[in-house]
Order: sequence, then structure tokens, then C-alpha cells
Amino acid sequence: MAPTALAAKHRRSALRTLAFLSPWLIGFAVFFAYPLLSTAYFSFTRYDGFRPPSFNGTANWSYVLTDYPLFWPALRNTLWLVVVMVSCRVVFGLGVGLLVTKVRTGAGIFRTLFYLPYLAPPVAATLAFVFLLNPGTGPVDTLLEGVGLPGPGWFTDPAWSKPALTALALWGVGDLMVIFMAALLDVPKEQYEAAELDGAGAWARFRHITLPNISPIILFAVVTGVIQAMQYYTQPLVAGKAAAGVIGGSGQQFEPGYPDRSTLTLPQLVYNLGFQRFDYGAACVLALVLFALSMAFTALLMRRRGALTGAGR
Amino acid sequence: MSARRRPGALLHWIGVHALAVAAALFFVLPFVFLLLTSLMSDQQALTRDLWPRTWEWGNYATVWHTPGFLTWWRNTLLYAGLGTLLTVVSSVPVAYALAKFRFRGRRLALLLVIAMMMLPPQVVVIPMYLFWARQLDLSGTLWPLIVPMAFGDAFSVFLLRQFLLTIPDEYLDAARVDGCGELRTLLRVVLPMAKPGIAAVALFQFFAAWNDYFGPQIYASDNPAAWTLSYGLESFKGAHHTNWNLTMAATVLVMAPVILLFFLAQKAFVEGVTLTGVKG
Repeated sequence: MAPTALAAKHRRSALRTLAFLSPWLIGFAVFFAYPLLSTAYFSFTRYDGFRPPSFNGTANWSYVLTDYPLFWPALRNTLWLVVVMVSCRVVFGLGVGLLVTKVRTGAGIFRTLFYLPYLAPPVAATLAFVFLLNPGTGPVDTLLEGVGLPGPGWFTDPAWSKPALTALALWGVGDLMVIFMAALLDVPKEQYEAAELDGAGAWARFRHITLPNISPIILFAVVTGVIQAMQYYTQPLVAGKAAAGVIGGSGQQFEPGYPDRSTLTLPQLVYNLGFQRFDYGAACVLALVLFALSMAFTALLMRRRGALTGAGR
Repeated sequence: MSARRRPGALLHWIGVHALAVAAALFFVLPFVFLLLTSLMSDQQALTRDLWPRTWEWGNYATVWHTPGFLTWWRNTLLYAGLGTLLTVVSSVPVAYALAKFRFRGRRLALLLVIAMMMLPPQVVVIPMYLFWARQLDLSGTLWPLIVPMAFGDAFSVFLLRQFLLTIPDEYLDAARVDGCGELRTLLRVVLPMAKPGIAAVALFQFFAAWNDYFGPQIYASDNPAAWTLSYGLESFKGAHHTNWNLTMAATVLVMAPVILLFFLAQKAFVEGVTLTGVKG
């Protein structure tokens, strides 16, 4: 082929690639790169959305880190969720996945029943749990007190609101169950048979065969769980508002995190600063903190499990 | 295993199934209490009773005829339906290019797709809100949520790419040898083979829009005529905070379509969930 024809062919194929990618290239520029750069810029300015932004150095950063009363409670809550909620969800998801692979009778029905709550829309599921865990009259406390146990205040008690959210998260464990189920079925059968011949008990088989085989999936579940915990927004917000009895809709000033800031999470702060206090500069600081945390854990996920992308194929 | 019964096999069977029944109660009872409460009278819903004394089927009619409820339905269907359509149409070609074309920067493009996929919406919401509300004057509508879906959703692109990788190149080469251009190859050869992947992506996107709370809160909270079910449901609870029976009936009405859709498309859905975690 003549060099010019070859060059033309290259150009055509580059244009073709560009054409196929074009929707995303525009989306990337307009809905990712531009707002991210703006957010970084606004975080160094005083900006209320009406007067043009004016540079104020690191004032927003020091405000958020030292004077903003909601930042540290939200960070502490997030840490709690990362440690307690994520590990409970992974352990429970693995347990339910394991159970489903052992069930012989009605396996399909059990699988469907275990999976269904995951599909419940978050606002609906949260309202349902606020009702179920309503102190005094809710069914759960009724049942607990029926067997002589004290019924906790759940979403109305700062000590119990995060455990209540954890219960809600365990109810929706279906996604992890399916992922663990698939992983467990992929463990080579011969390894179990060999171990059984060697006289290994159930626990030894789980410890030395199952766990090593599914450890990449456990890591995947933990890291995606951490990312979700940092982005946890709808459930704690709706639970707080519903338990406080706040009228929904527009215009109301709602101090987030009811009860006593115990359900406050980082994304709620972006809303509080930006859309309730109209302090866009400080809201952008929090947006960047959220961005840094999310990207750090995403990088971890990809490094430990290059598999996420098909390892450079 | 069941053919050559070992001693204790029956005990094992009983243990496993007892655990499964216990777990099933944990997953199902909330739905049961929800349904029972939605059928109680106003007063009874405030008591400790678990079983309705009278069955108030009219609660559902009351919720259905609440001013706004039908509008929320229409808005949700528009957001979820049109949004899903736009997402699929715009994401398929991008995913195809990422999976099957060789070009410089492909790896970088994939990394950026993953970064976008992991990005919490709160990170970019301030500039995006100012853009839609101040520059385009579209606050109080759902367009700021629908329009971006015409430009490729990162999660959908990623999922579709994973799926398209499983289609052998030989099929594409055969089509090219037959003289198909890339667009024809995509439409005639790849699309029919990618149906399960596309179905999974469409379902996820539909559910995401159905469930979205943050988006409508930012862009539509000032205008009840633009609320969606997920957003309206929360305000319904606020306005009827002593009527647990009505709130639970509304909750059931928001959950039901999603669960119905799941039963209609169960296979595609579970395949999709598995694809997000295990493939690659």
C-alpha cells in the first residue's frame, strides 16, 4: 500500500474511534472535568452563588477543618460505618451466600427471598425500617418486649441510630450474596474432596480451601463497601428526617444528622453547606475531601485487583 | 452426595434448612409488617397491633388520589424510561470502542471511565447546579438529570465493555470481511449477541433513576410538579407523619413496580450483578 493510502487509512480509523467515543468525550468534559476543576477553584474562593467568586486563600479549608461543627462528627460516623457496617455486611453476605449454596430443597425460592430486599428503593426501605423500629409501637420493639427484652430507641437514640442503619444495610445484602454465591460455586470441587479424604472437618475446609479461593472477592466486597460507606447519603438523611418528624419538601431548614448528629455523613455536609447555607466555597472543600477519599480507595481496588479492568487488555 | 447417605446427612439437611428459614424470616418479615400496616385504620396503625382488625383496602385508593401522586409517577417514568433509553443508546458505541478498537489512550480512557463511575454525585454538584440553574434556567425540572444520560453513563459503559469483551473477535472479523463497516458490524452482529448485557445495563439504569433521591432533591425540590416517587415519598411521610398506614401504603406502591420488574427480568438482573463483581 502506498504511504499516503496508509496514512489515510490511519486517519479514517482514528476518526472512527473518535466518532464512537464522542458521546462520552463530551460527557467527560462537561460533566466531569469542567465541574471538577471548578470545584477545586471554588474551594479557594468566597462564593455564595450570587456575587462572583473572590479568592480567599485557604480560609474555607481552615473553616471546614477547625470551625465547622459538623465536619468531625460526620467523619467519625463515616469511620464507624466503614468499620462496623462494612464488616457486618461482608460477613453476613458471605454467610448468606454460603447458606444458599448448601440449601438443597427450595434453593431457588430462598435465593429470590434473600435477594428481594436489595431491590427495595432506598427511600422506601428506610421509611419501612423507621416504622418497623419505631420505639414503643413498632413491630420489632413489640416482639422484643414480648420476649422480655428492652426495646431500644433505634433511630431516635444516638447510640442506636447507626446500628439501626446497619440492620437496614444487612436487609439489603442481596448484591453481596449473589457475588459470593458465584465465587463459592467457582471453587474447584476436587480440592474439597481431597481435603475430605484427608479427614479435614467443615471448619478446616472453610478456612484452608474456601477462604483462600474467594479472598479476591472478599477484598472486592470490602473496598466497594468502603466506597459506598463514604458516599452513604439517602438512607441516613431520610432516616434522620423521618425519625425527627420533619415535614419533607422544600424550604425547610433541617439540622441534619438527627438524633444528635449521629446519622451525619460527609455527603450530607456538601448539601448542608452548599444548599442550606449557600457557602459554596466551603461546600467545595468537602466535595474535594470526598473526591480524594473515593479515588484513593478506587485506586486501591484497581491495584489489588487489576482484574477490575481486565488487567490492561 | 445424597445417593450414598452418610450418617448425619439428615441432621445436616435439617440444620441448613432451619438456618435458611430463619434467614428467610429476617428478609421477608419486614415486607409482611409493611403490608399489614398499610391495611390498618389510622388509629390501629399507631398501636402495637401486628394484625389488622379491619382490612382498609381504601388506604391504597387514598394514597393513589393524593394530589401529586400521579404526577410523581409520570415524572419517575419519564426520568427512568427516557434516561434509560438515552443511556443505552449513548453508552453502547463507547463501550464497543473501548472493548474492540485498538487506539492510543485506550487504557487511559478506561481509567477515566472507572474514575467517573466511582465519583459521588456530591463532588461535582455545586458547579453542575450553577450550570443548570443559573446558565440554563432549568432548575425545577428533571432535565438536568435526564440530559447528561445522552452522553454515556460511566457505569453502563464499564459494564457493557466487560460484556463485549466476552464476544469473540472472530465474529467481528467475519462481518468485516463480508464488507460491513464498523457501525453495521455493531448493529447487525454485536447488538444481537450483547442483548443480555444491554438488558442488565438498562435494568440497572432504570432502577438507579427510580431510586434516585439526591438528584431530584437538588434540582426539583422547589417545584412539586417535578418531583419523583422517591423524592415525593419522603415528603408524603412528612405530611402524614401520624398516618403510618398511609405512609406504608405509599411505600408499597413505590416498591411494587421495581419488584415486579425484577420478576419479569430476573435472569438478566442476576447476570448483571454477577458481572459487576466477578468478571474480568
